Amino acid sequence: MKRPELDRPVLLDVQGITRLYGPGKGCEELDLRLHAGEVLGIVGESGSGKSTLLRVLAGLEAPDAGRVVYHRAADDALDLYAIGEARRRALLRLEWGLVHQNPRDGLRMGVSAGANVGERLMALGQRHYGQLRAAGQDWMTQVELDPARIDDAPRTFSGGMQQRLQIARTLVTRPRLVFMDEPTGGLDVSVQARLLDMLRTLVRQLGLSVVLVTHDLAVARLLAHRLLVMRRGRVVEAGLTDQILDDPQHAYTQLLVSSVLTP
Amino acid sequence: MNGYNFAYLDEQTKRMIRRALLKAVAIPGYQVPFGGREMPMPYGWGTGGMQLTASILGAGDVLKVIDQGADDTTNAVSIRAFFERVAGVETTTATGTANVIQTRHRIPEAPLAPDQILVFQVPIPEPLRFIEPSEQETRLMHALEEYGVMQVKLYEDIARYGHIATTYAYPVKVDGRYVMDPSPIPKFDNPKLHQSDALMLFGAGREKRLYAIPPYTRVESLDFEDHPFEIQRWDESCALCGSRESFLDEVITDDAGGRMFVCSDTDYCLTRRGELA
Repeated sequence: MKRPELDRPVLLDVQGITRLYGPGKGCEELDLRLHAGEVLGIVGESGSGKSTLLRVLAGLEAPDAGRVVYHRAADDALDLYAIGEARRRALLRLEWGLVHQNPRDGLRMGVSAGANVGERLMALGQRHYGQLRAAGQDWMTQVELDPARIDDAPRTFSGGMQQRLQIARTLVTRPRLVFMDEPTGGLDVSVQARLLDMLRTLVRQLGLSVVLVTHDLAVARLLAHRLLVMRRGRVVEAGLTDQILDDPQHAYTQLLVSSVLTP
Repeated sequence: MNGYNFAYLDEQTKRMIRRALLKAVAIPGYQVPFGGREMPMPYGWGTGGMQLTASILGAGDVLKVIDQGADDTTNAVSIRAFFERVAGVETTTATGTANVIQTRHRIPEAPLAPDQILVFQVPIPEPLRFIEPSEQETRLMHALEEYGVMQVKLYEDIARYGHIATTYAYPVKVDGRYVMDPSPIPKFDNPKLHQSDALMLFGAGREKRLYAIPPYTRVESLDFEDHPFEIQRWDESCALCGSRESFLDEVITDDAGGRMFVCSDTDYCLTRRGELA
């Protein structure tokens, strides 16, 4: 019998991260570990430091203290803020991906959908127009967009389609690690549901590791294996998603879970 | 002469610009900032090129100024008159006899010689500007050689028009390192940048940047493997000199659809007509 791999290697090791914009604003003394193939959800109310943490993890903002160590291979560990900016940006461009809450932040609105999907490939040195186009059409199909619209500008797409395009653009280089900041924010529920379904399929198919920031517990329940609950810049509770949502221990988590509206 | 220092600018300014030029020549294609001065003409009329010309001009030099290839257009005539007045240098319209050629939008058709310097007027020196509005970010992109986005523009051309439709200010890579805007010259002239005998200097007055291509430097135009770089071709030949090799301007001659194609480089055209006559 094939046994599941129980002890997955650590991909991202975060030690004592502090990034404060002012007292209580930002995140403080955070430790976390992300294993390969794992989806880690970070939940909490607005202003709890979720997005700051994500920016620090994603290499966009240097922490005041602490280290972010990326284990590229078993014997190849990179301290994200000790390596130079050139390597950090290359890592971000090639091995990692970032999906913004607002697709306008992640897409180039002035150029066509195909150019958006192809950009990361071109940054990698791909210089064959036919292949770039084929990759564009392939990825548009994978995120359930009509490949015939490859030459249309993203602004002619609906919000949900723009978000799909952003995901295609990020995944085209097959990153190992993807950061998502409220990927379903601003979408209506039926569009959300389809997007989540697609995301879940892609994450499983590609074996992605994901750090997912959301304030929506339903999204976290559907996608995340493990959850961190944040409040005022600190982690108040961590554990398996179902365990935390069904049996919250910390008072704040209990409040959060009981605040969910059910129709 | 007329109460002005030789070539209008004061000696300290010229020295500062020459220092910047040395740096630009040392790092081909790299944009060097310089303390641009006010020139007695508006930005966009060639103030960057004029400051470079003023700082490299010597009393014995012969100056030629061209605008869109022509020696007799407003910009060319006024800049030439300016340097005649403030520097008292000899001017010419003959490409072969000039040491310093200030140009806007063209490279002369006649091959340049090693003792000549071509000075370009540049409106927007930053090739990445169209896709990245932040100066801080574009400098970082240059420093880290993040040039993938340049390809995005060309991709977009092919997607829209079926071929690379950029016809002027066509981006080039200089010496395998810096991506550079060759100023709004037609892409027809891009091959002349490659392994040129003459030194080429670029000055942007409004943006206060200058850059250079030293002689015998590798200059490649960006393209795709399956859509290689191509220059413009015409079915017609020049109506005046019959040239089939030069860059042609289409000139409307009446309001009944009459038109003719003529060389944009007037000196080249006149020389050929002299030879042919």
